[in-house]
Amino acid sequence: MDAPLAGVLALQGDVDEHVRVLESLGAVPVRVKTRSDLDRVDGLIVPGGESTTVIRLLDRFELAEPLVARVRGGMPLWGTCMGMIVAANDVVELDQRTLGLIDISVRRNAFGRQLASEEALLDVPALGPEPLHAIFIRAPWIERSGPGVEVLATHKGHGVFVREGNVMGTSFHPELTRDPRVHAYFLRMLEGRERAAA
Amino acid sequence: MDAVTIPVMAKARIGHFAEAQCLQALGVDYIDESEVLTPADEKYHIAKHKFSVPFVCGARDLGEALRRIAEGAAMIRSKGEAGSGNIVEAVRHMRAIRDTIAELHAVPEEELVARARDIGAPLELVAAVAREKKLPVVLFCAGGVSTPADAALMMQLGAEGIFVGSGIFKAAAITKNGIAEYDENGFPRVDPEIALRYATAIVAATTHYEDPQAVVAASKSLGGARPMHGIDLRSLDQSQLLSVRGN
Repeated sequence: MDAPLAGVLALQGDVDEHVRVLESLGAVPVRVKTRSDLDRVDGLIVPGGESTTVIRLLDRFELAEPLVARVRGGMPLWGTCMGMIVAANDVVELDQRTLGLIDISVRRNAFGRQLASEEALLDVPALGPEPLHAIFIRAPWIERSGPGVEVLATHKGHGVFVREGNVMGTSFHPELTRDPRVHAYFLRMLEGRERAAA
Repeated sequence: MDAVTIPVMAKARIGHFAEAQCLQALGVDYIDESEVLTPADEKYHIAKHKFSVPFVCGARDLGEALRRIAEGAAMIRSKGEAGSGNIVEAVRHMRAIRDTIAELHAVPEEELVARARDIGAPLELVAAVAREKKLPVVLFCAGGVSTPADAALMMQLGAEGIFVGSGIFKAAAITKNGIAEYDENGFPRVDPEIALRYATAIVAATTHYEDPQAVVAASKSLGGARPMHGIDLRSLDQSQLLSVRGN
């Protein structure tokens, strides 16, 4: 089987860091900036960045609608930090547009601002017994999740790693650590080797 | 600080560590130790490792960039010539940084000590740059960006992002007979619609910097709005230049 074309939305944010991890795992990374980039990838990572900016850019470059259509058609999507906010159903206490691709409500900057950035070891049974090194930067948490959403990890009592079918979200930044297990997990979704979550 | 959900970057004067302490206490997300403000210390910069808030600093060449990183800067930007609407200094600084990195990568290892001495930077950082062929931190372009094509130029020259201030706000300044108008607080009056149009166009050109059609489309989206009037830096008195502050 050919290596999957793993897209990274490249409108803003820490794109290169994701690209490096994907390369190290043997996937073919594609920086997604246009409709034609989006049409050819097997899955898409929406990286960390600033969520109100990226929603505006998705609208401006006419990518929001085709992105939603592809994800509804089954394309795997993973949002890290800002990406999870963009994919969420809604943002708590803010009148902010999101794409509604995963049935969660998120709270922005929930752990605090830049100065409250922190690292933690998370227990993630889905990735094996070894704890996962997680970096939180101005991170959101999941305040509410729907019945179809699987919470794969929590931190300080809130969901920080979730999956609903072909869409997953992490509050933290696996692309900034040396542990590629979350990227490998996402690539397994692209290769269709794993059943979709119930 | 609660007025916005986006990150806030605040400027501190070069060497003014007490001012930076205040900004950190206010909870700003990043500090720019900036030559745009009158320096507080003509000899030393802030010891930035002592802070938890990340700093960005300006640089004109690789030695200056690595000295700032040694002091704890988490991000580097070209100095350019802020407020000039003239991209030439930013180009000079970006090329100087990139050319020296390429040179270091090419020379034999025994030369690195002398090279580090020549550019006035710590050997460990010089050796790391020679090996990785890039700065150990992110490199932005700042100072003089005023058109979408300027942004595309700097991204193609290796910037990883663009800072733009005057390029937007001077283009959107409200003038009467060519003279800027000021509000009751002494700030220049700005047409918010034009400022938004300018910011959007420069963002679009930064994202699609490799696609000239997209840069043209961004430029056209400015409509009749004209960029700020660029200044020939040779016409300025030495004392008016900002990029020579700090080293």
